[in-house]
Amino acid sequence: MDKTIHFRIRRQDNPRSAPYWQEFQIPYRPEHNVVSALMEIRENPVTTQGEKVEPVAWESNCMEEVCGSCTMLINGKPRQACSTLVDTLTEPIVLEPLTKFPVVRDLMVDRQAMFESLKKVKAWIDIDGSWNVHTGGPRISPQEWEENYIYSRCMTCGCCMEACPQFGPSYPFVGPATLAQVRLMNAHPTGKYFRADRLHAIMGEGGLSDCGNAQNCVEVCPKDIPLTTAIGELGRQTTIQMLKDLFGPGR
Amino acid sequence: MSSKQPRTIVVGGGLGGLWACLALAESGVAVDLFCLFEVKRSHSCCAQGGINAVLDTKGQQDSIRQHIVDTIKGGAYLANQPPIKTMCEEAPGLIRTFERMGVTFSRTPEGLMDLRLFGGVKNRRTCFAGASTGQQLLYGVDSQVRKYEALERVKKYEWWEFLSLILDEEGSCRGIVALDLRDMSVKAFPADAVILATGGLGLIYGKSTNSTNSTGAAASRAYQQGALFLNGEFIQFHPTGMLGDDKTRLMSEAARGEGGRIWVPKNPKERRAPRDIPENDRFYFLEEWYPAYGNTVPRDVASRAIWKVVKDLGLGVHGEDKVFLDLTHLPAEFLERRLGAILEIYRKFKGVDPCQDVVEIFPAIHYSMGGLWVDWEKDPVTGGMKLGSARNHSTSIPGLYACGECDGAYHGANRLGANSLLSASFSGRVAGQSVATYVKGLKQTAATLPSSLFEQAQKQQEEVNQALVSSDGKENPYVLHRELGDIMRKKVGVVRQNAELDQALSQLAELQERSARIGLDEKADWSNLSLPYARQVQDMIVLARVIAQGARLRDEFRGAHYKPEFELKLPEGKFPGDPEYDEYIDNWKRNNEKWLKSTIAKHTIEGPRISYRPVDTSVFPPEQPRDYR
Ligand SMILES: Cc1cc2nc3c(=O)[nH]c(=O)nc-3n(C[C@H](O)[C@H](O)[C@H](O)COP(=O)(O)OP(=O)(O)OC[C@H]3O[C@@H](n4cnc5c(N)ncnc54)[C@H](O)[C@@H]3O)c2cc1C
Ligand code: SF4
Ligand code: SF4
Ligand code: FES
Repeated sequence: MDKTIHFRIRRQDNPRSAPYWQEFQIPYRPEHNVVSALMEIRENPVTTQGEKVEPVAWESNCMEEVCGSCTMLINGKPRQACSTLVDTLTEPIVLEPLTKFPVVRDLMVDRQAMFESLKKVKAWIDIDGSWNVHTGGPRISPQEWEENYIYSRCMTCGCCMEACPQFGPSYPFVGPATLAQVRLMNAHPTGKYFRADRLHAIMGEGGLSDCGNAQNCVEVCPKDIPLTTAIGELGRQTTIQMLKDLFGPGR
Repeated sequence: MSSKQPRTIVVGGGLGGLWACLALAESGVAVDLFCLFEVKRSHSCCAQGGINAVLDTKGQQDSIRQHIVDTIKGGAYLANQPPIKTMCEEAPGLIRTFERMGVTFSRTPEGLMDLRLFGGVKNRRTCFAGASTGQQLLYGVDSQVRKYEALERVKKYEWWEFLSLILDEEGSCRGIVALDLRDMSVKAFPADAVILATGGLGLIYGKSTNSTNSTGAAASRAYQQGALFLNGEFIQFHPTGMLGDDKTRLMSEAARGEGGRIWVPKNPKERRAPRDIPENDRFYFLEEWYPAYGNTVPRDVASRAIWKVVKDLGLGVHGEDKVFLDLTHLPAEFLERRLGAILEIYRKFKGVDPCQDVVEIFPAIHYSMGGLWVDWEKDPVTGGMKLGSARNHSTSIPGLYACGECDGAYHGANRLGANSLLSASFSGRVAGQSVATYVKGLKQTAATLPSSLFEQAQKQQEEVNQALVSSDGKENPYVLHRELGDIMRKKVGVVRQNAELDQALSQLAELQERSARIGLDEKADWSNLSLPYARQVQDMIVLARVIAQGARLRDEFRGAHYKPEFELKLPEGKFPGDPEYDEYIDNWKRNNEKWLKSTIAKHTIEGPRISYRPVDTSVFPPEQPRDYR
């Protein structure tokens, strides 16, 4: 074969079976990203050793780094496969599933825990109903907008959760992405009304105090979300909340 | 399940589906929400540009009437007008609801929602949230649905694929059969009504600007079970798709707007690097053909010109389907400031800097105006749609509803930019409300029907899967999909010719035959990806025939459906009062008498049977063609 791209992929047939490794080579093309390479492998899944195998399973949808589905470990780093160009990687390119979430199959993992946490911390703004109430929403200054917008770009991709030493299947910690959403909802002019509920949800076990402040999360977020800033702000909010709980009315 | 309480199903967790869910949950109706993956990953998150609503906060005397007229004219009068009227009227309230949900809309200095100008209209009418409007809108509704999920009024079935409808003896929809994409089991879910919100169908053309969930397979399945399909031939192309191995990503129109120039080398065998090609050897065809607008001609005009240069003149770069979009003559600092987000996407996915190198582009399949036919009830007083009626967004199958890009109701022959996030949201809410009315009026809930109905439907789908898994057929689904895309892009594309459409139709029929002989390499009984993919490909081919057949029969040029042979040319330099212009209007009206009608496709074993229905033009009768001069 002429110039090729060489992959080493960690595979696992189902959540209960043992993992194993396989290697694949495909013809080189400069524009390949990891997903387009996986697509090529899928059409004719033959290993470097010439063995015909089951196609590699992975997850993707938008192919524009906005849906968050294609996160995996690429050469050891959690990132989106669709926006990782093969040309920027050293070979063999090692693909592994995220380690902090249960493996479904091959490179697919189950990130349900992240969505469950969003439920737990009540990551929504309470509205009376989705009907027209014939009045505009609250005003928000461009400065506030700018601070909040960045948090609203979180695509629940799980990179930060993967990097966080405190997060994992056997830990109760809700993780940095979830905390950042609490920060976002609490900053909203009407979201504030139920700030106390969200703070209480992160004041117990698995909440804010589980964060060891290792800062790993913020380094891997593909959307540059200032996770540790959010965690710092929530620290101040929970302290005040604690005092309120002790000395004053709940909210 | 209690037999008294109605249960409903929503299939699809994009903007349309989530809105439907929310409306149902708010009406106190229990919902099961099915989605191929976690709902937040739906294609709606790709939309960057914005969502239209007349807020008139820019001192331009914008009006709802104007929004209605723009939508109708943009769609070349092919959409029924009462639903458009109501959609535009409801848009401002809908946007404010999004705002109340916490959607991070971009702001003016005084803290109001900012508005931007978007293609095809004169006024600033488009609300936006940075460069990720669709994502923010989706997350807004997602968070509201999560609240109802926490209250156990919505139950999510993520990682489930809808396979078929369950129809009772009277032909009413009584549930769905779905595939668990993890353990590959097939299960019947009884329901009193079903809403399909399964998105677009760009993948039928192979590569498109759409996410991979946009296969149209779900709509095809409903169609194959009897639901009528509307205006399939109307597919919008975006002129500046960046070519990629895996998808054609959207290069925003802003690139042309800010001064980007489109050209090809005069010599198709040109081997020099683009920047080494001297001006004299470049063909700036848009500037030459449309001196008044140059590179900023409207989307459809640009697409057709690029098509012509490549297909008719054979001037595609390296003989391939591509032309150059050139930004390199503009100062890098200016580009960075004006087009930062777009440049970033290109750098990220191409590894090339558009400030330094030309960008390769070609028209890309972007949006399907057609979709499942849906009904509406007209309000005799307002002339709009009667909200709350159980008829709104009902397909031709009782109890089956459709909303979002998979219905064909709002955009006629072409869609205005930033109008589809609106139609997806609005139609989702309407469909949810209609279903709430519908199920309350039902005499008998699905739970009281004989279980054999559901068992039978489930067994049928199990057998289809079994047959595929054990087939020793030689056809590879991935290869079939590629061939499907090639046929559709080449022959049912921007410019359409009857001879080519005939070829496409026979090739599609042949492809459909071959797709019955798919064999799967993958035998896994857990998270098998090839099995659902193969079934999607089979169903995509069926829908491709609807698109091609509709295109073959429609001998005219309307909106995104362009057949040069039947084009009525606007007389150059002539205006109302000039005899040439009046003659043109006469011809245009005569053509409307013949062709201003909806294409309705009905599935038969031999292929789609096409008929036509009149269009309700009671709001803004067709007196004036679209004229951008
Ligand atoms: C790149 C791009 C940019 C765009 N920008 C804009 C813009 O700026 N403004 C604008 O107005 N419009 C824009 N659009 C169009 C707009 O994004 C879509 O029309 C709209 O988001 C469609 O929403 P939807 O809810 O109908 O479908 P989707 O968001 O596609 O959701 C479909 C859902 O159905 C599910 N589904 C599909 N099949 C099945 C099945 N068999 N079983 C179970 N679930 C299934 C999927 O999982 C998904 O959840 C853009 C489109 C593209 C491609
Ligand atoms: S700062 Fe906290 S949340 Fe972030 S990685 Fe460290 S422990 Fe995890
Ligand atoms: S915060 Fe960043 S890394 Fe974490 S889930 Fe969100 S987008 Fe991904
Ligand atoms: S496929 Fe959506 S982020 Fe990669």
